[in-house]
Amino acid sequence: MTRYLLRRILQAVFVLWAAFTLSFVILYLLPGDAVSAKLGGGEAGLSVTPEQLAVAKAEYGLDDPLPLQYGKRLFAALQGDFGRSIATGDDATNMVVSALPPTLAVTGFALVLAVLFGGGIAIAGTYTRHRWLGNALLALPPLGISLPPFWVGLLLIQFFSFQLRLVPALGSNGFESLILPAITLAIPTGAIIGQVLAKSLRTQLAEPYTEIALAKGASRLRVHFGHILRNAAVPTLTIAGVVAGNLIAGSVITETVFSRDGIGRVTSSAVTAQDIPVVQAVIVLAALVFVVINLAVDLVYPLLDPRIRHRETADA
Amino acid sequence: MSRTAATSLLALSALVLTACSSAGGSTGADAGPPKPGGTLRLGISSSPDCIDPQQVGTNASLNVGRQLVDSLTDQDPSTGEIKPWLAEKWESNADSTAFTFHLRDGATFSDGSPVDAAAVKTSFDAVKALGPKSQLGSGYLAVYKGTTVVDPKTIKIEFSVPSAQFLQASSTMSLGILAPAAYRKTADQRCQGDGLIGSGPFVFESLKQNQEIVLAKRKGYGWGSSLFKHRGEAYLDKIAYKIVPEPGVRTGSLASAQLDAITDVQPVDEPQFTGNGFTEPTRPNPGVVFNLHANVTKGVLTDEKVRQAVVKGINRPEVTNTVLTPNYKPATSILGSATPFYADLSPLLAYDPAGATSLLESAGWVPGPDGIRTKNGQRLTAKVLFSLVFNQNKSVLELVQQQLRKIGFDLQIEQRTTAETVQVTQSGNYEYLWYNTTRADPDILRNLFSTKANNRSKLPAGNPVDAPLDAQSSTVDPAKRKPAAEEAQRAIIEHGYSAPVFELTQVLAHGPNAHGVGFEASSRLQLFDAWVSGS
Repeated sequence: MTRYLLRRILQAVFVLWAAFTLSFVILYLLPGDAVSAKLGGGEAGLSVTPEQLAVAKAEYGLDDPLPLQYGKRLFAALQGDFGRSIATGDDATNMVVSALPPTLAVTGFALVLAVLFGGGIAIAGTYTRHRWLGNALLALPPLGISLPPFWVGLLLIQFFSFQLRLVPALGSNGFESLILPAITLAIPTGAIIGQVLAKSLRTQLAEPYTEIALAKGASRLRVHFGHILRNAAVPTLTIAGVVAGNLIAGSVITETVFSRDGIGRVTSSAVTAQDIPVVQAVIVLAALVFVVINLAVDLVYPLLDPRIRHRETADA
Repeated sequence: MSRTAATSLLALSALVLTACSSAGGSTGADAGPPKPGGTLRLGISSSPDCIDPQQVGTNASLNVGRQLVDSLTDQDPSTGEIKPWLAEKWESNADSTAFTFHLRDGATFSDGSPVDAAAVKTSFDAVKALGPKSQLGSGYLAVYKGTTVVDPKTIKIEFSVPSAQFLQASSTMSLGILAPAAYRKTADQRCQGDGLIGSGPFVFESLKQNQEIVLAKRKGYGWGSSLFKHRGEAYLDKIAYKIVPEPGVRTGSLASAQLDAITDVQPVDEPQFTGNGFTEPTRPNPGVVFNLHANVTKGVLTDEKVRQAVVKGINRPEVTNTVLTPNYKPATSILGSATPFYADLSPLLAYDPAGATSLLESAGWVPGPDGIRTKNGQRLTAKVLFSLVFNQNKSVLELVQQQLRKIGFDLQIEQRTTAETVQVTQSGNYEYLWYNTTRADPDILRNLFSTKANNRSKLPAGNPVDAPLDAQSSTVDPAKRKPAAEEAQRAIIEHGYSAPVFELTQVLAHGPNAHGVGFEASSRLQLFDAWVSGS
């Protein structure tokens, strides 16, 4: 088990390093740079002379040879220092860390809604004996995936905020402001969970052990929740990483539509401005989230499925 | 459940009532006299990365910074004249290389220190020291030699070459005065509001990137610009700038009274606010209008007749009527109509496809099989580079492309990021550039066209614009400056160095509770006279 854990942690470190390096390379391959974006923004591009631009780039260390810049950044990043944002002048780590709570609030709430609705639909859709109801319920996840979140968000705001005035349209203050963005984000996420869970529930339903259990006199309810769901949960858990990615990507849209602060907004403006320190801080953080989630999933697997536990022990 | 239903019903009936009262046409006009107090909730479209007015260049930032600092002078938005603010009077020498300002009494910064000659010198020196970090100021002070404290109330600012533009620059927030204590903080800290100590009618309270910026009234303020409509303190207790990037949400929030006023109303959203209790203040930006700026050393643009044909082949009213709204004006010069010393050259910019065609014919460009003209195997085509600083840019250029196709000219549109545009512009490797720039002084033309400055057209020495541009920059005397500025505008269009298209316009909207949200001379927000009713 320790060796298993050690291997996973090494993999995680590699992923973080790769994310850092890749983002650095990509940002440098793009034409333009953060200083040009900053000084050329708005009306100002006019008065900036090539000499001034060169001075400004030197000030941010952007004229150092690439390997040196990379080395400096990597060394600082290892100590949690991603540098100062070129666009805002704020500390990049601080910008990302302070944008985290509002994003976590929405994504956390959205995840709860997604599990409840996605899971509920999958269970109800496979449990019901009415074929039409089952089909109708199981048609919902593909629909949910195909609805553009941007459009859903605007629709929700239009109705619940502008027409009914039940919740505020703007800001990140209080629980009320969480509801609409969380629903918007929960729809595609819940749809993925629902789809995967429904598929594996159906597979399990067709397994011989299900028939045996039923033949032995177990109730349908007990079989569905006691046996099938537990087995079907494993593949569903595997997509946790996908779901997390979905939530982070979705936050760019929901935070823009609902005028919220958060990782999504910080990311989109940093990418537009080619603000390397901030983009790298975000990417490494996102990679960290993925790595931790996947690690957690891998550690939970053996608990759910004894076969994995035995296999891993045998390997080690 | 029934409670929710009841709430919804209530809300719906409230909506109906509001709709009725709006239809009744209650406008801001019958709101009574201005009343102090309250908060103006102002929806803006993007998060100002930095709010230090000395550093920034975007409207989002300048609209905040303007309220925090006072300037030596102010500029009358209607006449372009320079008026007293922190300086009661001023004089300049004959060739506009030295300006002496006499400060008024009693003005203080929000940390209590006096606005005196030493403070003004500190502030100007600091802007100069910021270099390119002072995005607009570095241009205004490009040839700054230094400031001399003559006596506690008098300063003399000197330049190494004639700088008539400086008088107007002294009225901008970019050269607004900060307290000496402000410079104990770093430029990055001031960006975030830390140490942003001005003498303006509002003081910085809080900033949350992507969320909100709050300014509070400066108690005891009493040295407002001579152009302000009232004396003493500002009316508003607070200004809350709410950052709302999505235009539909911005308009919806205003319509549902979650905001009092919004900026950047998109052309498609404008009809929502006409004739229903909402007011829509607009002001065209002064400075260089959105234009196709030609590089005369590239491709077919080396041919003057081609450039002239492009100027004639653009149907400007069609652009403003179809892709934009009547709030936007077709260009009538390279300068916007709100710029001092603007010359109305509309006859030169009239849509004249026949004239364009005959110019091209006379230059030997004959229609090819696909309708695009050719000459000795060369196609009549040029690329235009643009970035999405203004949302409608792409639609405008697509329409211009269709219009030019009718005269046999193939305009190719290339969208780039802002950073890339800056690099390409500096490399000189472009045919047409598409941009506009805001400046309430004709000297902006010298920045862009003079062989001694950016020379975006890559004009050779001895061209017809250099001399008038130099002439207008060497005197603040309107009688001499005006004809020189006019001559420069005319030459730019006649030689097709640029094909102006339309004037960028600031379109605000405010609800029935907001009043007096105004524009200063550069079409940025001036909120000193703004007030809110109700609540």
